[in-house]
Amino acid sequence: MLQRPPHLLGIETLSREQIVFILDQSKPFQEFQRHPLKKLATLRGKTVAIAFFEASTRTRISFTTAASRLGADTMSLQAESSSLKKGESLIDTVRTLEAMRPDGIVMRHSSSGAPEFVAQRLEIPVINAGDGTHEHPTQALLDALTIRDRKGKLEDWNVTILGDILHSRVARSNIHLLSKFGARITLCGPPMWVPRELENLAPNIRRTPHIKEALDGADVVMVLRVQTERIHEPALAADEYIAGYQLTPERLRLARPDALVLHPGPMIRGLEIDSAVADGPQSCVLEQVTNGLAVRMALLYHLVGGAPADAPHPAKE
Amino acid sequence: MRVVEKRQLLSAEEIGRTISRLAHEIVEKSSGTANLALIGVRRRGVPLSERLAKVIHGFANVKVPVGTLDITLYRDDLSTIGAQPVVQSTEIDFPVDNQDLVIVDDVLYTGRTIRAAMNGLFDLGRPKRIRLCVLIDRGHRELPVEATFIGRSVQTSDSEIVEVRLQETDGEERVMLVDRVD
Repeated sequence: MLQRPPHLLGIETLSREQIVFILDQSKPFQEFQRHPLKKLATLRGKTVAIAFFEASTRTRISFTTAASRLGADTMSLQAESSSLKKGESLIDTVRTLEAMRPDGIVMRHSSSGAPEFVAQRLEIPVINAGDGTHEHPTQALLDALTIRDRKGKLEDWNVTILGDILHSRVARSNIHLLSKFGARITLCGPPMWVPRELENLAPNIRRTPHIKEALDGADVVMVLRVQTERIHEPALAADEYIAGYQLTPERLRLARPDALVLHPGPMIRGLEIDSAVADGPQSCVLEQVTNGLAVRMALLYHLVGGAPADAPHPAKE
Repeated sequence: MRVVEKRQLLSAEEIGRTISRLAHEIVEKSSGTANLALIGVRRRGVPLSERLAKVIHGFANVKVPVGTLDITLYRDDLSTIGAQPVVQSTEIDFPVDNQDLVIVDDVLYTGRTIRAAMNGLFDLGRPKRIRLCVLIDRGHRELPVEATFIGRSVQTSDSEIVEVRLQETDGEERVMLVDRVD
């Protein structure tokens, strides 16, 4: 069996085999979401700290639900109510959480590298739920699961990512993951959001500011959320973005007829994506949400479950 | 730790005859097969349940639904073991509500696997009845669980292991009693 990594900090350092293992382990949990009774006792007695130092709704609900369906309890820390506002340092906050003896911590932070910093200092598994512009590994894993399910395999697709790539941890994690499986990746968006350095992330990356060129022959189209807080700096008007980069039914026809459309949410209809595409047969948006639960249950089961590392092993087989 | 084979409990031919007898017993004691369904426990309960269904189809001409149950998430020792065991899929594509279920497994030992299997089934609905069919009952129960249909009961000591080998999972067909030697 595979050596289980103690944390999940990013996709970049995972091997293909580790990724396939997580995706395979998500399958039973996908099926579990269809059960009439969605409550296991598998992690009964375990506590998962859900520490979100940056606002989030869907990822936090997804992790909390995943923990709850496995039977674990959660303790929740949210940016709005946190003592960070009162000036406490990150390490003091997480040490305080750790003193309440959780068995793992799911963490989101606006600073890239914050989960790794915490992982080096705590004794419990850390799962990165998004850090700055660095990585959002569970999003990439659920996207990969969605692609593998819909297309039958994960290898060798033409993947186009549309939008603000520079600031997107979703894009970064997806680029790392899909390129490990031979994807040819096209990055497309306003030039200031698609700088040349991104080509160094992985082999087989090309950039283009022209959406028609980007969509030609695509098997998978990933639409990123336009972070409206960024759209005014440096000056880019919403209508310019819509004219140049909105995924419309006409533009989607340039991709392969069976191309998939993915969006990490929250979706802003009429800005980065047209409603007809968001609700169309090629859209995987709601499957992504359900698959997110399955992936997170599989990760919590393997990382948080089991005996604590320092506990004696009972001899019973 | 080494293991040595002490004796063979069932030959390939005897396994075949035993399964055939168990299939007849299940139908005989079920007052109709309308709601009957077999649930194979991973791993070796799966081929056994499929063979039982095949035999039943052969003599009673009814297709009894067969499902596969993975009990990993329901084990009672997960918080005491280090690395978590790999989870496999449960494939029961029929409603279990009001069904007359027969859990099928290769060896009945402590009874803990069957306790886990029943918990797994309850999460899928409310069966009318659950019974248990095993190829070998080796004793040493730790829970109040008994089988309704038993291929063969075998006296064993705690250090012994009953090894069931089936064509589908192991590439050979026999049941052995082996012993651990330190």
